[in-house]
Amino acid sequence: MTVASFDWQIFWDRIAHPDHAFLTALLATIYIAVIAQILGVVLGLIAALGRLSRVRLFQWISGIYVWIFRGTPVIVQIFFVYFGVNILFGITVIPNSLSLGVFTLSGAAFAGILALGINEGAYMREIIRAGIDSVDRGQLEAARSLGMRYGLAMRRIVLPQAARVIVPPLGNEFNNMLKTTSLLFFIGVVELWGNAEIGYSQTFKPVEYFMAVALWYLLLTTIWTFIQAHIERRLAVSDRDEGMPTFGERLRGATFRGHD
Amino acid sequence: MTEPALDVVVNAVDVHKRFGRLEVLKGISLEVRKRETVCIIGPSGSGKTTFIRCINHLEKIDGGRIEVNGELIGYREKDGKLIEDSERSIARQRTQIGMVFQRFNLFPHKTALENVIEAPVHVLGVGKEQAVADAELLLGRVGLADKRDVYPSKLSGGQQQRVAIARALAMKPALMLFDEPTSALDPEVIGEVLEVMEELAHEGMTMIVVTHEMGFAKVAADRVVMMDEGVIVEEGEPEQLFDAPAHNRTKQFLSKIL
Repeated sequence: MTVASFDWQIFWDRIAHPDHAFLTALLATIYIAVIAQILGVVLGLIAALGRLSRVRLFQWISGIYVWIFRGTPVIVQIFFVYFGVNILFGITVIPNSLSLGVFTLSGAAFAGILALGINEGAYMREIIRAGIDSVDRGQLEAARSLGMRYGLAMRRIVLPQAARVIVPPLGNEFNNMLKTTSLLFFIGVVELWGNAEIGYSQTFKPVEYFMAVALWYLLLTTIWTFIQAHIERRLAVSDRDEGMPTFGERLRGATFRGHD
Repeated sequence: MTEPALDVVVNAVDVHKRFGRLEVLKGISLEVRKRETVCIIGPSGSGKTTFIRCINHLEKIDGGRIEVNGELIGYREKDGKLIEDSERSIARQRTQIGMVFQRFNLFPHKTALENVIEAPVHVLGVGKEQAVADAELLLGRVGLADKRDVYPSKLSGGQQQRVAIARALAMKPALMLFDEPTSALDPEVIGEVLEVMEELAHEGMTMIVVTHEMGFAKVAADRVVMMDEGVIVEEGEPEQLFDAPAHNRTKQFLSKIL
């Protein structure tokens, strides 16, 4: 038995000459991650407000949501949403495909976005709650003494300040999300990892394909790191002197906190 | 109940407030007339801050009633009972009651000017141009016209508190509440804040000021109210209360701080 040698040509082609199928897969990874993350932030915000609400029922719903979706593997949730939801509710929640104007979303991608977004919301709830908690109570009082109602005070005064605390871990979450999209190949979504997997099964060149796809993920997360640093600099505009970490520190993960 | 006279701005009747088992207000009654400046003094824990926080319903009350300009604050009456009002109407009531806090509570993500125009624009619906023009005048009045685009973190405590006063005035309130406005300030900047407040009092703003600044109370207050352990011990004109206090507790308190 001979050890196959590393085929640099294949590796280089994967990096420098992406074909159409690859670009479609790359796009899928990006839009799935972005939409799922947005969904996660929205759900996390609703759940955080529910948790902070004085209404017991809202606190409970929020608690049960986090309990279930942080307590079970995301891959199980993905399978459950894709295969289970239609059966469970007896109606078509997950269609075969979803036509959005010029853009068609497969049922699997739709289910994947839902599952990743709902899962992400459970983590975002804690992040957003910590952000809201970090804002001095006096801010809400000052807002209310000026005649602002709760919603307006949250939107104009509390959340913009909470954002400074929320954005660094949120960026970390999105970094994770970019990579977690790879799990969706298990339900047949052809994203970056799926594309590599298919290519490898046709060529039996695992190392070339998987190393190339790793580099592509690294490129995505690196670009995101730049974007995140830019957002954080803008948010910090009013307290520039408090020593934001430099981009280099950021890249090395100095300010990154791990997933719970 | 007798109708309060027309020029009564604040009419608090037998206000009770408890935190758990601790009763912090044990029946406070106070009337404040238009253009009047009332200073509330007293040892810490006497309930003075809690009382003025009840006036704009930052604190609920457990008994009694508070009216501002003849309107019951925070509650509506139903079958002789007081039921907490909707958030909407409490918010509306607060627009006519300005409040200045001990720790300023400026919005740190907004410049001085943005702090001042925030509520007029987003609560009252004043046009932005109008709000900016008004805010510039107000910042000028508190001596900070040149700081309009500066963030609070770049302002001294005294400057922050003056912006906070301008922010409250921007709502054109009928009443201003000051909760120990100089207690968190360095001694050298207390004067500039008191000066602004004094001017405001002389211009005829109706004010209730919780303070430890007896000098300010002497020159600016029409009336001084001494509180201790949740009750009003005595009240009177500043000369009378400072020079010839009727109660022992007032004497003791004054001897400690003067």
